[in-house]
Amino acid sequence: MKKILHNPLALTGLCLISIILLLALLAPWLAPYDPDDINVKQILLAPSMHHWMGTDGLGRDVWSRMLYGGRVSLLVGLVAVGISTAIGVFLGAIAGYYRGWVDTLIMRLVDIMLSIPSFFLILAVIAFLSPSITNVMIVIGLTSWMSVTRLVRAEFLSLTQREFVTASTALGAQDWRIIFRHCLPNSLTPVLVSVVLGIASAVLLESGLSFLGLGVQAPQSSWGNILTDGKEYIQFAWWLSVYPGLAILITVLGYNLLGEGLRDVFDPRSNTLR
Amino acid sequence: MLSYLLRRLLWMVPMLIGISLISFFIMHLAPGDITSTESAFDPKSSEESRQKLRALYNLDKPIIVQYGLWMERMVHLDFGHSFASHQKPVFWSEKDKDGNVTPGMIQEALPITLLMNIAGLLITLSLGVPLGVWAAKRYGQWPDRSITLFNFIGFSIPGFWLSLLLMYWLGVIHPWFPISGMHSLNYEQLDFWQKGQDLFMHLFLPVVIPSLTGLAGITLFVKNGMLDVLNQDYITTARAKGLSDRRVTYRHALRNALLPLITLIGLSLPGLIGGSVIAETIFAIPGMGKLFYEAVMMRDFPVVMGILTIGSALTLLGNLLADLAYAWADPRLRKGVMPAR
Repeated sequence: MKKILHNPLALTGLCLISIILLLALLAPWLAPYDPDDINVKQILLAPSMHHWMGTDGLGRDVWSRMLYGGRVSLLVGLVAVGISTAIGVFLGAIAGYYRGWVDTLIMRLVDIMLSIPSFFLILAVIAFLSPSITNVMIVIGLTSWMSVTRLVRAEFLSLTQREFVTASTALGAQDWRIIFRHCLPNSLTPVLVSVVLGIASAVLLESGLSFLGLGVQAPQSSWGNILTDGKEYIQFAWWLSVYPGLAILITVLGYNLLGEGLRDVFDPRSNTLR
Repeated sequence: MLSYLLRRLLWMVPMLIGISLISFFIMHLAPGDITSTESAFDPKSSEESRQKLRALYNLDKPIIVQYGLWMERMVHLDFGHSFASHQKPVFWSEKDKDGNVTPGMIQEALPITLLMNIAGLLITLSLGVPLGVWAAKRYGQWPDRSITLFNFIGFSIPGFWLSLLLMYWLGVIHPWFPISGMHSLNYEQLDFWQKGQDLFMHLFLPVVIPSLTGLAGITLFVKNGMLDVLNQDYITTARAKGLSDRRVTYRHALRNALLPLITLIGLSLPGLIGGSVIAETIFAIPGMGKLFYEAVMMRDFPVVMGILTIGSALTLLGNLLADLAYAWADPRLRKGVMPAR
């Protein structure tokens, strides 16, 4: 932990994420207006003391909508990555532990999933299932587990050769105990890095989907759909396009910095981004 | 080498079957089909006429049967006809009885997307490689630090946001570039050079913006590759022989650092094809991405399935080409000193 705080990349990332998380968590107390409160008399007001980030085409306060939208964007990132990590770790663990046909089957599935242009797949599934936050989270999760599977499998392939695993097999430990109690905790460090970087790309993906009108649906706000609404007014109201994009940029930057910092700390030898 | 190639090509068959299975069943997960979008707002359409429409498109049969029918047509490379766009052929052009040719939807859209992606890739490489070399040579100094900062921002910036801002700035405030479509209205009247210029201006922003965000990855990859190579013994030897810095950097180090780039480009193909959706919808370019987006919105199954299949097949082919190019570029593999895989 101390090492993490001494790494400038990780520290900067951690600070950015903490600020954004805090703002999102405290949204109900920080937001000066109801984010969905329509006020026809105050349409497209420029940023001022009363409306820090101006108002949108329906007279809603953009700052309040940004705070609540942040909750949605961050939640989607966290849950989607939670799902993909759970699937990835599980499949990677059984592939690496049992090897043989289980391994072949799972790795071929990974190859297939990696060959389908994933954004097309995500788009198709969400459009057909009708867009909603839940569907976006599930679909992003279901289409991004492949790299975790590969990581965990590789770790398991080498871990199962180690003496402590042979020892527990000899002592008669059951498979699930060896997998979950002995091997898994030892293989989670590289997974942590990919989790943090995965959140970054999930946040980007969600905003892209919302931008195409397939993500979070109105009236609920997310950074992506504030931006989509804003693009209609870009000529008169720059604040509707600039602030949500900046928020996405800062959040994703935070997670990317933290992820790279963690990689530096855990594995000083490699220095690759992705 | 030949048997390796054959093995890889044969492998693509079960892979493609797997891909089509996954795509096909996902598509039928959802309730509703073309009949619910096409006739939802038409008060004259009765349940009976919808049933007829479903029967016409075989949508009333069980999924397994539908998949079988689809597979049967796939064997003849027949991707069927679009539900939504007046029965246009999905893949390739067709002649009817009177000799009128209807162009295929993918046939029209694919070259546009390929052109944009190849142009983008060339831009990315021609900027990313020199930047990466520069950062590696000045590791830890200001060029390296500013390139690293640029990389992080490039990775984190939402592409559609950058497109939107630049489109407004360079297309509306300073109208240097047209902001939508591929051609101007008077395109047909232009001569050859003017046509080329017109196309260039229309495609400039949609090609350059995605390559700016892709640049970050290539630069970092080249930088790390160079850093690894520059620490090798043979580089020290080359320097000790008194070779010039230029020669060591470009002849000895860069050629080795570039090898893994081939694989990286092969792996980034599905992302490039998928990423075209956003750029093409923003700039109204009639390529694969826009076609797919519209097909998905209309629940036009044959078009969606066609694009998913062709897109995946292209990815597999691209990976194969990348592996072959790698084997060709690396003399150790080419001369069989090391086994290919």
